Amino acid sequence: MTETPAKPETPKADGSASETSAAPAAKLHWLVRKGTIKVLWIVGLAVLAVLVYADIYLTPHPHFGIDGTFGFHAWYGLLTCIAMVLVAKFLGKFIGRKDTYYDDQ
Amino acid sequence: MMISSLPPGLILIFGAFLLPVVGPFLRPLLVLALPLLTIWQVWHMPEGASPALTLMGYEIITVNVDALGRLFALIFSLMAFAGGLFALNQKRVLELSAAFTYAGSAVGVAFAGDLITLFVFWEIMALGSTIVLLSADTPQATKAAMRYFMVHMFGGALMLTGIFLYVFDTGGVVLTEMKPDTAATAFILAGVLVNAAAPPLSAWLADAYPEASWSGTVFLSAFTTKAAVYVLIRTFPGTELLIYVGVFMIFYGITMALLENDMRRILAYSIVNQVGFMVTGIGIGTEMALNGAAAHAFAHIIYKALLLMSAGSVLYMTGKRKCTDLGGLFQSMPLTTLCGTIGALAISSFPWTSGFVSKSMINQAAANEHLALLWFCLMAASAGVFLHAGIKFPWFVFFQKDSGLRPKDPPWNMRFAMILFSAFCIGLGVWPEYLYALLPFAVDYEPYTDAHLLNALQLLLFAGLAFFLMLPMMKRTLTISLDTDWFYRRFATAIIDRVGSFIGSTDKAIRERTLSGLNSILDYVWHHHGPEGSMARTWTTGNMVLLVTIFLCVYLVFSFI
Repeated sequence: MTETPAKPETPKADGSASETSAAPAAKLHWLVRKGTIKVLWIVGLAVLAVLVYADIYLTPHPHFGIDGTFGFHAWYGLLTCIAMVLVAKFLGKFIGRKDTYYDDQ
Repeated sequence: MMISSLPPGLILIFGAFLLPVVGPFLRPLLVLALPLLTIWQVWHMPEGASPALTLMGYEIITVNVDALGRLFALIFSLMAFAGGLFALNQKRVLELSAAFTYAGSAVGVAFAGDLITLFVFWEIMALGSTIVLLSADTPQATKAAMRYFMVHMFGGALMLTGIFLYVFDTGGVVLTEMKPDTAATAFILAGVLVNAAAPPLSAWLADAYPEASWSGTVFLSAFTTKAAVYVLIRTFPGTELLIYVGVFMIFYGITMALLENDMRRILAYSIVNQVGFMVTGIGIGTEMALNGAAAHAFAHIIYKALLLMSAGSVLYMTGKRKCTDLGGLFQSMPLTTLCGTIGALAISSFPWTSGFVSKSMINQAAANEHLALLWFCLMAASAGVFLHAGIKFPWFVFFQKDSGLRPKDPPWNMRFAMILFSAFCIGLGVWPEYLYALLPFAVDYEPYTDAHLLNALQLLLFAGLAFFLMLPMMKRTLTISLDTDWFYRRFATAIIDRVGSFIGSTDKAIRERTLSGLNSILDYVWHHHGPEGSMARTWTTGNMVLLVTIFLCVYLVFSFI
C-alpha cells in the first residue's frame, strides 16, 4: 500500500457543495497496515488450500469428464483468469488510446 | 375478471408529467408513491389479455399478462422505486420525469400483447432514456446522447421495418414466438439486438451510460437491455445464433472492462457481459435456460443498480470517476463500500447472493444439453466476472492506494436505496424460492448442493487469487480502449471529411477552370471589341479609302470571273 498525497479537489459534476476533505494520512488504517495484509494473504491462501482439499470429500458428478478431476474448478478458474488478463493486455496494445482521445471533437 | 386495456406503465408515464408541477414538498411523495402504485397494480393484474382494440384494422392488445411479463414489469417498477429513492436529492426534475417515463414504458413493453404496442413503448423508452442522458447537462453527455439516440433510432427503424414486413407476410401483429428465417423476423431480431447491446453496435452502451448524472446512470442501467432480453425470451427462444452472440458479449464485456479506468465504464461493460449470459440462455432455449435468463435479468437489475448507486455515491461525493483518482474510500464511506461490495459479490454469482441462484441455471442448462464448449466458456466467464467486476470495481474504487480523499457516505435517501437493494441481493440469494415462484416455467433446480457450493467457491476464490497475482498488470492507466463507436466517431467522420474535402477541392478546381475560361473569352472579346479593341477603333479616312478600293478591286475581279 503506497500513500499518495491528497489530490486537489475538483468541482463536483452536479455542482453541489463538496463535503470531501483531503485528510493527511497521519496514521494508517488498520486494514492497510503491512501486518494485516500479510495476515490476509496467509488466511486467504489457507482458505484456498482448504477449498481444494475439500474436493476429496466430494463425489464428482462430471458433465464432460475433465470437470470431475481433482480441484478442477480451482485450477480452471485460476488459469482462465490469467489467460483473460493476458489477452486483454495484448488487445489493449492495439486498441488502447489516451483518455483524451475523443476530447477534441 | 376483465383486464383493463390501460397498461399499468401509464401510472409512471403520466405521473412523470406531474413531477415538475407539484412543487418540492409533494414531489418526493409522488416519486415514491408512483412506483409503489405501479408495483401494486402489476402484482394484482390477473393473467390474460385485455379486450382487443381495433386500430387501422389491426387488433391491438395493449395488456397481456403472463408470468414472464409480470416478472419483468415487477422488476422494472421496483427499479423505478429504488431509483427514485436514490435520486430524491437530484435537483434536475427533468431527469426524474424522463426516468419515470422511461421506466413506465419499460413496464408497457413487458405487458405489450402486440407488435404495435411493443413498438410504441419501445420508442418512448428510447426517447425517455435520451432525455435522462441529456439532463446531465454536460457537453460530453449531450454529444453522447445524440450518438445514443441515433443508434436507437436505427434500431427502431430496423424493428419497424421488420414489423411492416411481418404484417405484410402474416397479416397479424400478435406478439408471439418467431424464428428468424424470414426477412421480417430477421429485421425484428436485429432491432431487438441493437437494444440488447449485441455486436456490432454494442459500443453505444459504454459510450452513453457513464456520461449520465450520478443518478441517471442508475436508471439507464436497468431498462433498455433488459426489455430487449424480455422480448428475446418472448419471441426468439432457442435461436442458436443467440448462443454465439451471447458468448461474444460475455467475453467482450470482460476484456473491455479489464482495460477500463472509468469506474462507471467498467460497470457499463459488465452490463454487456451480464446481458451476454442472458442472451446465451435464450439461445439454449430450454425451460431451465429461459428460467435462468429471466431470473438473471431480475437479479441483474438489482445488483447492477446497486453497483451503480455505489459508484454514483462516490461520484456525487467526490466528483471523480477515474480509478486512477480514487482509492482508499472504505475509510470514510463504510456503508457505500459495504453495499458496493455486496453488489460486486452478487454480480459474481457468489453463494448466498442473487446472482448465484440465477446464473447457475443458465450454466446448468448448458451442461444438461451437453454443450461442452459452451459450458467451459461459461465457467471461464463466471470466473472472469469476479475478475473484472467482482474484485476490480470495489478494489480500485474503495481500496488499492490511498487517494487521500475522505468523503462521507452520501445523504440518507441514497444510503437507504443502497441498503434496500443490498437486502434484495442477499435475500434473493438466501431464499431463492420466492424468485423461482415468479419464473415463467416450474423450477426443478436446487442451487445449494455441496458440489455446486464448493465448485463455485473454488472458481471464484481462485479467480480472486489470479487478480492479486496479476495486480501489477492490472494497474490503472489514463487510457481508454477503442470500441466500435470509433467507426462512427472517428472513421466515418474522417471519411466524411475526406469526401467533403475532395468534393470541395474538385468543385473549387472546376469553378476556377470555368472562371479562367470565361475570363479568357472575355479578354479576347475585350481585346477585339472593347473601347481599345481593333474592331472598335476609329479608322482614318485614308484607311477607309484604301479598304473601299480593295473591295471595289475584289468586285471587279469577281465580275470578270
